[in-house]
Amino acid sequence: MSKLNTYRSGVDENGHFGIFGGRFVAETLMPLILEVEKAFEAARHDDEFWAEFHRLMKHYVGRPSPLYLAERLTKHFGGAKIYFKRDELNHTGAHKINNTIGQILIARRMGKQRIIAETGAGQHGVATATVCALFGMQCVVYMGETDVQRQSPNVFRMKLLGAEVRPVTAGTGTLKDAMNEALRDWVANVEDTYYLIGTVAGPHPYPVMVRDFQCVIGDEVRTQMQEAEGRLPDTLVAAIGGGSNAMGLFHPFLDDESVEIIGVEAAGHGLETGEHCASLTAGTPGVLHGNRTYLLQDKNGQIKDGYSISAGLDYPGIGPEHSWLHEIGRVKYVSVTDKEALDAFQLCTRMEGIIPALEPCHALAHVGKIAGGLSKDHLLVMNLCGRGDKDVFAVAEILGTKL
Amino acid sequence: MSAAAKINAPETRIGRRFAKLKAEGRAGLVTFTTAGDPDYETSLAILNGIAKAGADVIEIGVPFSDPMADGPAVQASSLRAIKKGMTLRKTLEMVKSFRKQDDETPIVLMGYYNPIYIYGVDAFLKDAKKAGIDGLIVVDLPPEEEGELCLPALEAGINFIYLAAPTTTDARLPRVLAHASGFVYFVSITGITGTRTANAADVAGHVERIKRLSDLPIAVGFGIRTPEQAAGIAKIADAAVVGSALVDKVTKNLDAAGNPGPNTVSDVLALVSELAEGVRGTKRRAAS
Repeated sequence: MSKLNTYRSGVDENGHFGIFGGRFVAETLMPLILEVEKAFEAARHDDEFWAEFHRLMKHYVGRPSPLYLAERLTKHFGGAKIYFKRDELNHTGAHKINNTIGQILIARRMGKQRIIAETGAGQHGVATATVCALFGMQCVVYMGETDVQRQSPNVFRMKLLGAEVRPVTAGTGTLKDAMNEALRDWVANVEDTYYLIGTVAGPHPYPVMVRDFQCVIGDEVRTQMQEAEGRLPDTLVAAIGGGSNAMGLFHPFLDDESVEIIGVEAAGHGLETGEHCASLTAGTPGVLHGNRTYLLQDKNGQIKDGYSISAGLDYPGIGPEHSWLHEIGRVKYVSVTDKEALDAFQLCTRMEGIIPALEPCHALAHVGKIAGGLSKDHLLVMNLCGRGDKDVFAVAEILGTKL
Repeated sequence: MSAAAKINAPETRIGRRFAKLKAEGRAGLVTFTTAGDPDYETSLAILNGIAKAGADVIEIGVPFSDPMADGPAVQASSLRAIKKGMTLRKTLEMVKSFRKQDDETPIVLMGYYNPIYIYGVDAFLKDAKKAGIDGLIVVDLPPEEEGELCLPALEAGINFIYLAAPTTTDARLPRVLAHASGFVYFVSITGITGTRTANAADVAGHVERIKRLSDLPIAVGFGIRTPEQAAGIAKIADAAVVGSALVDKVTKNLDAAGNPGPNTVSDVLALVSELAEGVRGTKRRAAS
């Protein structure tokens, strides 16, 4: 394949990244999707919109998040200098709020009063309920019934914030079914409702829109690394479920050829067991939830459930732009098992005094595999995209500790 | 020239069927059942009896794990069928088997794009044509994605039936109709299948709107459950589509283990007869 002049030119007019992306939705939704696109296009060219976005990023979310040199881990691995992008310090504890702030501003511009969202682990649900409280909007969150059971603290948080949490029993009662149910709600309430999607997936313009809001992560890293080291980083590593934290870190660096970029998927119990959610490393292209992308599916095109110890990664698809970056080879995608992620969880907690969410532990586990083989002046940035408060119960159970 | 013009209506089963309905001065009944629900044999038995019971056009749902435009009834039927091993390939076999005894009644496959995409578009169209399939309704392929399947289907001589919705604006309607063929499927409610009931007066307005821009027959579906409702739609459109109410008959006859009870087929067909009576007892307005 001939080399592209830029990897950041975005999408064609129908929202395709190469063959991926697109707008595979029912006609009832199509006019609405076009409206969202129009509102987003107007907003992204409006300085006042970005001024308000950045004001909220600074004073409400607490950005910029620090770029922190993890010295003890650097020494421990004995190679590359390891920097953490500390998005776990954001209000609500993860990168998800970057996107929900951006989209709630879009919803407000469109005059919508009712917000719906899907959530897996509950992080996006909490981030959505938070901005709905902030803007005084009605909030309904769809959550697979299995996840409602597993993530009860987040369910309570959402309720405290004034959201209605609707458990989804349809299908297999997981994140993909929550997304189906949110789409069904949207079809039935097109007039007053805005669907606030939590990751870089779904029909165009969502993958582009969510990416653009999350790019605040990578833009900050660029500036911060310049200040810290006077140059670009050499390697970027981030965990991938749907892929929004990774896309936010990666995208501003796609055209910097010297920067190696690695996305880490969840290999669950191991790729060979079939119990994982590594859509890129073990899936095939298909069409689901409004876009063409890599999916976990059987030979008849039926979607399979993803599995991971981390509820935030167990989506059977991935953002279409990741699929494209995978096929053209700009980003390398690897996978890490539950066990490797758990080991990284304990290592990070003990050595850095940071309890990370299980999602970025996948990224850290991969960092542990490569850092030792890199030179001491090699600059590696890992997105620490969420904190582990929500995961301590699950980890305690696995480690056999009774709380 | 629209790509749809490649298909000469009088040469298709769908074209002939709607011409016949017009000649009889009545609207048609379009039935929807899910292929393989609750199992292959029962579903084939329903199919084999449904035209005689009064279906003028037969829609067959291709089961998909994530039917995002469908309500609980069709979702459940889809999962039941998948669990029993139903696939797109077997759906085509089922149609082939049906065609041995009925070469007149149009068959339209309805479903979602992924199973077709995974089958392979070219292979699918070839096999679908051979099996005797006349039209396709693919819920998640709006005109913006017409290059995926709509245009190749027209090339292969299979009608691609577009959905129009209450949210489809006048400005957008020509885009939806650009490559529409066979008939236009008006989704009478903003919502998923089998959940709400349409207001006949609203539907009439939308049907008029489409008629002004297209000569194609218009079928109205989503939210039509009873013979009375079907009769109401028959007054204002060329066909009424009933799906969830038929699927509910299948559901009601399941035993605790999920196997079909002895009256499954007869109950479904009895409702089809009642619906057909409702539709047939209604005179079309002269103008349409």
